[in-house]
Amino acid sequence: MLELKSLAVGYRSAGGPLLSDIEVSADPGDFICILGRNGSGKSTLMRTIAGLQPSLDGVARLGGEDVASMRPGTRARRIAVMLTERAFNPGLRVEDVVALARQPFTGWEGRLGDADRAAIADAVAVMGIEPFLRRYFNSLSDGERQRVMIARALAQTPRLMILDEITAFLDLPSRVEIMALLRSHAKAKGQVILLSSHDLDLSLQLADSVWLLDGAGGFSAGTPDALSRSGAVGRAFDTGAIRFSPSQGRFEIGTSGPA
Amino acid sequence: MRTRVTTSSAALIAALAGLSLLTLTYGQIALPLADTLGALTGTQSSDLARQIVLEIRLPRVVAAIIAGGALGMAGVLMQALFRNPVADAWSLGLLAGGQFGVALTVTAAAFAGPAAVSFLTVFEGPSITLAAAAGVAVAAVFMLALGRRVGAITLLVIGLMLGFTSQGLTSVLLHFAARAGGRVYGGWQDASFAAIAPASLPWLLLPIVIGAGAAVATAKPLSSLLLGETYARSLGVKVTSLRHAVLAATVLLVAPVVAFCGPVSFVGLIAPHFARALAGTARILPLLPLAALGGALLAVAGDAIVHAPWEQHFLHLNNILAILGAPVVILILIFSPAVRQWR
Repeated sequence: MLELKSLAVGYRSAGGPLLSDIEVSADPGDFICILGRNGSGKSTLMRTIAGLQPSLDGVARLGGEDVASMRPGTRARRIAVMLTERAFNPGLRVEDVVALARQPFTGWEGRLGDADRAAIADAVAVMGIEPFLRRYFNSLSDGERQRVMIARALAQTPRLMILDEITAFLDLPSRVEIMALLRSHAKAKGQVILLSSHDLDLSLQLADSVWLLDGAGGFSAGTPDALSRSGAVGRAFDTGAIRFSPSQGRFEIGTSGPA
Repeated sequence: MRTRVTTSSAALIAALAGLSLLTLTYGQIALPLADTLGALTGTQSSDLARQIVLEIRLPRVVAAIIAGGALGMAGVLMQALFRNPVADAWSLGLLAGGQFGVALTVTAAAFAGPAAVSFLTVFEGPSITLAAAAGVAVAAVFMLALGRRVGAITLLVIGLMLGFTSQGLTSVLLHFAARAGGRVYGGWQDASFAAIAPASLPWLLLPIVIGAGAAVATAKPLSSLLLGETYARSLGVKVTSLRHAVLAATVLLVAPVVAFCGPVSFVGLIAPHFARALAGTARILPLLPLAALGGALLAVAGDAIVHAPWEQHFLHLNNILAILGAPVVILILIFSPAVRQWR
C-alpha cells in the first residue's frame, strides 16, 4: 500500500540528500518503526512521505498514488501526522483539537456529521482521554497532550499514520501500552503506521518491520530479527560506550572500553 | 455547543437592542421612550423628535454597532492568525497604521493644491477608506512578519509603541496639512462614532459586510491553523493563501472603522475573549457572530456613556473604552490559562 521508489530526501540547500535511493514498501496493517540516531533523517523522511516537504528525487506512493501530487484535501483524508513540533494555542480545548482532525471530511462550515462524531468518539475511547475533553489543551501535562495528539491522528481515520517520536514524554508502562495499542489498531483497521522512536528495545519487539537509518545516509529495512542478526542495528547505534548484542537483542555497556 | 452559541447570540442581540434604544432616548434633549420608538417607526411623533433620533442619534448608534461588530470579528481573525490572545487591530498598531495612511493622503493632497483637496472632499468616503486600507495593510503585513520572530507579549508592546509613533506622526502631518490649506480631515484624532455623516454609512458598512463574508469563508481553515502551520497543512490547508485571505478580511473589516470612527481601542481585543467564554470553544466560526455582537455591545456601551446627558460634553470614547477594557486585559494577562503559557 505504501511504496517508496528510489526516494531521496533532504534539503536542496544543504548539500546533497540526507538519504537517497530508498526502495521499500509496506502492506496494510504494517506497524513500522523507524530507528536511527538524532540527525539521521528520520523526521525529514517522515515529512517527505507525508507530503509536507518535497522529495529530492523519486516518489512516495500511497495506494498507487504519488503523495506529492495528491490534492491537499485528498492527502489530508489519507495521511495523518503527529510531529514533534508542539501544537499549542490559547483557548483551544481538548475536544476542539480532536475534532479538528475531521476537517478534511466536513463541509465549509466544518460541521460534524454522524460519521465524524463516531470517529472522534472512537479515538477518544481508544486513547482514554475522555476525562479531560473539556480542559484547555495548554493546561495538560506533556504525557496527556501526547495522548490527545495521538487521538487526533486516529480520529482522522487515515490509511497511513506518520507519528514522529510520539512516546517521548510518556513513562515506560504508557509507552508499552500505546505502542501495543497502535500496533493492534493498525492490524484492525488495515492502516500502515510509521513510527519513529528512540525506544529501541520496544520497537524491536513490537514492529512488523524496522526501517533503520545509520546516520551516514544508509537505509536498511527488514524484520527486527533480520536487522539485529545482520548487525545493521549495531552499525547504526554502536558507540565506544555501548554495543548492540545480536544474540541478546539488546545493548550492552561497552566491553571494549571507552573509545 | 450550538445551543450555547444560539442562546448567547439571542441574549446579546436583546441587550444590544435595549441599550441602543436607551441611547437614542437621551442626549442634550431627553425624549420619552414612546417618542423615540415613534420616530424610529415613522408613526406619530414630532418633527423635532424625528430629526433628533433619525438624523443625529441613530447614525451614531448604527456606526457604533457596525464598527464594534467589525472590530470584534477582526479581533477573532487576528488572535487566530497571530496565535496571540492579545492581538487586535488596535493593540498591534493596525488602526494607527490606517490613521497614518489617511494623514499621509490628506497631507499629500493639501500640498498638491486645491484641486486635489476638493477631489478628496468630493470622494471622501472611498478615498479615505482606501488610504486607511493601505495603512492598515502595511501595518498588518509588517506585524505578521514580526510576529514570527518575537513572542506574543513583545509583539503587543511593539504594536502599542508603533501605535504611539504613528499617532504622533499623524498629528504632526495633519498640523502641516492644515497650515497648507487642507482642512479636510483635521478633527479626527480621537475615536468617535459621532463624526460620521449619515451619507457615509454605506461606505462604512459595505467593506465590512464583504470582510465579514471573507471571515466566515476562512473560518474553517483558520480553525486548523490554531494547531500550527504544519498541522494545518497536514489537514489540507494551503497556509499561504489562507494567510492572505485572512489579512484581506481583516483589512476590509478594519479600514472603514479607522476611516470613519478613528482608532477605537480595546473593543477588538476583548470581544473575542467574551466570545470564547460564551461559546466554550476556540473554533472560529461560532466565535464570529458572538464577537461581532459583543464588540457592538461594548462600542454602544462606550458611546452611551460618552453621550449621557453630562453638564458639559467632555468625555472621550477611548477614555471610556479604556476604563471598561483595560482592567479586562489586565485580568486576561494575569489569569488566562492561554497567556500563562508564555511566561
